[in-house]
Amino acid sequence: MPAPIRLRELIRTIRTARTQAEEREMIQKECAAIRSSFREEDNTYRCRNVAKLLYMHMLGYPAHFGQLECLKLIASQKFTDKRIGYLGAMLLLDERQDVHLLMTNCIKNDLNHSTQYVQGLALCTLGCMGSSEMCRDLAGEVEKLLKTSNSYLRKKAALCAVHVIRKVPELMEMFLPATKNLLNEKNHGVLHTSVVLLTEMCERSPDMLAHFRKVSLVPQLVRILKNLIMSGYSPEHDVSGISDPFLQVRILRLLRILGRNDDDSSEAMNDILAQVATNTETSKNVGNAILYETVLTIMDIKSESGLRVLAINILGRFLLNNDKNIRYVALTSLLKTVQTDHNAVQRHRSTIVDCLKDLDVSIKRRAMELSFALVNGNNVRGMMKELLYFLDSCEPEFKADCASGIFLAAEKYAPSKRWHIDTIMRVLTTAGSYVRDDAVPNLIQLITNSVEMHAYTVQRLYKAILGDYSQQPLVQVASWCIGEYGDLLVSGQCEEEEPIQVTEDEVLDILESVLISNMSASVTRGYALTAIMKLSTRFTCTVNRIKKVVSIYGSSIDVELQQRAVEYNALFKKYDHMRPALLERMPVMEKVTTNGPAEIVQTNGETETAVLETKPPPSGLQPANQANDLLDLLGGTDITPVIPTAPTSKPAFAGGELLDLLGDLNLTGSPVSAPAPQIAQPPFLLDGLTTQPLFNDIAAGIPSITAYNKNGLKIDFTFERSNTNPSVTVITIQASNSTELDMTDFVFQAAVPKTFQLQLLSPSSSVIPAFNSGTITQVIKVLNPQKQQLRMRIKLTYNHKGSAMQDLAEVNNFPPQSWQ
Amino acid sequence: IHFILLFSRQGKLRLQKWYTTLPDKEKKKIIREIIQIILSRNQKTSSFVDWKDLKLVYKRYASLYFCCAIEDQDNELLTLEVVHRYVELLDRYFGNVCELDIIFNFEKAYFILDEFIIGGEVQETSKKTAVKATEDSDMLQETVEEYMNKPAF
Repeated sequence: MPAPIRLRELIRTIRTARTQAEEREMIQKECAAIRSSFREEDNTYRCRNVAKLLYMHMLGYPAHFGQLECLKLIASQKFTDKRIGYLGAMLLLDERQDVHLLMTNCIKNDLNHSTQYVQGLALCTLGCMGSSEMCRDLAGEVEKLLKTSNSYLRKKAALCAVHVIRKVPELMEMFLPATKNLLNEKNHGVLHTSVVLLTEMCERSPDMLAHFRKVSLVPQLVRILKNLIMSGYSPEHDVSGISDPFLQVRILRLLRILGRNDDDSSEAMNDILAQVATNTETSKNVGNAILYETVLTIMDIKSESGLRVLAINILGRFLLNNDKNIRYVALTSLLKTVQTDHNAVQRHRSTIVDCLKDLDVSIKRRAMELSFALVNGNNVRGMMKELLYFLDSCEPEFKADCASGIFLAAEKYAPSKRWHIDTIMRVLTTAGSYVRDDAVPNLIQLITNSVEMHAYTVQRLYKAILGDYSQQPLVQVASWCIGEYGDLLVSGQCEEEEPIQVTEDEVLDILESVLISNMSASVTRGYALTAIMKLSTRFTCTVNRIKKVVSIYGSSIDVELQQRAVEYNALFKKYDHMRPALLERMPVMEKVTTNGPAEIVQTNGETETAVLETKPPPSGLQPANQANDLLDLLGGTDITPVIPTAPTSKPAFAGGELLDLLGDLNLTGSPVSAPAPQIAQPPFLLDGLTTQPLFNDIAAGIPSITAYNKNGLKIDFTFERSNTNPSVTVITIQASNSTELDMTDFVFQAAVPKTFQLQLLSPSSSVIPAFNSGTITQVIKVLNPQKQQLRMRIKLTYNHKGSAMQDLAEVNNFPPQSWQ
Repeated sequence: IHFILLFSRQGKLRLQKWYTTLPDKEKKKIIREIIQIILSRNQKTSSFVDWKDLKLVYKRYASLYFCCAIEDQDNELLTLEVVHRYVELLDRYFGNVCELDIIFNFEKAYFILDEFIIGGEVQETSKKTAVKATEDSDMLQETVEEYMNKPAF
């Protein structure tokens, strides 16, 4: 068989291929030849064949069939073979391969070879890709070589040790003794790798760190660093006039780790750091690399303030450098230090802001983050101007973050309400579609709070969407405002700027366009529809038009819109007398959290919770019918509406049977079929809208009672009084089950005397687990305007042990504090 | 350093050195992705790219791109010096190195790299020493001539 072609030949040939297909053909041919050559166990040319295989592997072709051949090469006595064999191993035999471990023995032998270059190959391979098992097996050999006087091997052994430690951290201890003398070497290679080894150990183990601090590692390092800086020109290690920058930087990094959180160490290195910081040449990248590392070290250890200021000034100078890389590095470091050394960084604010205009994306991002960190009460106007300009021109991936950042900063530092509104407007109009969804409720809340700016705000918003209503967040906020303050808009009351002349029809035009437009999201349409509805009480001439619009959407495909339209329709038809009250102006909202929509703590019963929650009314409500839907409108929570003491109706929501219960409590027994019309009584409704806050105030004082305790079923009542409405008592019942079987389909019903009103909310579940392992809770609200003694009759039905149970009881042991 | 890649302006890989373990498919995907990212950057941008949780440091020398992936705490500016030093070593060894040298003698490029960096860390900071070690190793190579009077592969 002719000698396989030489590597360079092959490379030349393959490069002549003009198409991918041609190349593939050549490769396949050669692979076939190589495979047969491997099969023949040809020792002479194995090396050549593997080399060719490696070339083809680099081009992207599979080469796994060469793995075993690499092993054979490594085992060979010839240096040429070993060299290619180890190279092949490093490229093809990573630890995921099955045959990886077979290398171990060869490497072990080669680590003890008589030729240092062979040992070097073995160390290199082990240090680049040895698996954990291999590292465990060979760590001892590495440790031995770490102590050799041969610097060529020593430096490689040191890095090999680093790899071993990374793979098998437990073995760190065994290298400790060998590190004692490492830094006494003159050889830079050994010094460098030793510093890397020490760094690795200190980073991984606090014990090691403490140990090295104790053995005066810092002074030793300082001395070495000093020598490097002071010593004369050494051609071998010189880079643009600086002696061995690689070593300098590594030493600085190790010093950083040693000095972190340690006063003594930090103090020992203060001088040298100052020296490096002031004396290093900055004309070339090399010098700046060293300065960069020095700055990082200064900022991270417990350095004195003079040094820190020096460091930040260096960063400031970096910012002015023409070299982009240096500016990039400066911004990154400033971002890390802006929290701790805020004032110093402030001094460089203008340069940072200039970086916003840079062309490099990473630089812009860092400059933006840094700018937000630097905004404060004094510079907010100027900074905002720059940031708004940036928002205009930056890449889309930044806009969301930038917008959010601007909102946050504006909220914290706004110098005036008008400025704040203007800023919000600007963001909405320039980056309207990138504004985060949760910003909309926050903005609305902000706007309601600036009472004197309402007219101005609504005018500006109106003008903004007149031209373009595609940016959803903008349109949502605008619709809400127009709905709320439309009367101000039409009456031209704006003080801040020239009032515009708008007719009611024009306003309705724009809102209708939003409704119709394909660009509007479902949520946005909801806003628009509600806004139109609200205007029915604020506008005078166009009520019929509004009625028409609302009724059209009663048959909309969008369920959300349909529901709203139907409810609003009902408002027009049957409850027109309630409409003004319902749609009154919203009062100032208190901000509860920065995340979710603001919870309404006080309202006069308007519709807006439905707007602020962008989901449809939750479940758990009574079966839907017109009147109930109406009150969904009023409170988007699962509170069933209250029935006032109307002449005929009874507070019956738990079902008609309750009335039987009420028989001998002197109540009229007229059945209630469909729930009667409900008139909203503001105070109660108010309470109805809140979920918790108002009721906790006087809770502490009232003792709870056990209302019922029979057959293993125990029902406890706990009480809370409202401090806004003294006639209201909230009772929370807890039903528990001490038998061995669960009670299912549990229904609790209650009735109270005529002078009281009762409201029963949904229970937490209908199953009471056995052995007191859980409870059902249910809330009852009792209105007791005449402050009569509270009495209650309860009826319990449930399934237990396979049979249906039922019981009636009277509760008379209400504590006086619960009703007085 | 997690890995080093050398590739041409046309996106052809000339050298790949991995200091972390990854499946072959993954490596190929990463290479494709990174080559695309770097080739699409223009002159005006910096030499650093944030990529996943690593930083890519790259520099172009004539028709070859040299790219290193480093960790967050590594010094980017120094990595540029590392790349530059490697080019200097190649230059010293080959004498006025060009891309063709690296194509036709890729195994030598690897050998030189292995004398400069082990396990992702610099092992030798002297220009002379690294090249000399490579040259000395070359001397040790038995030529097939010794057996058959023909030049080694």
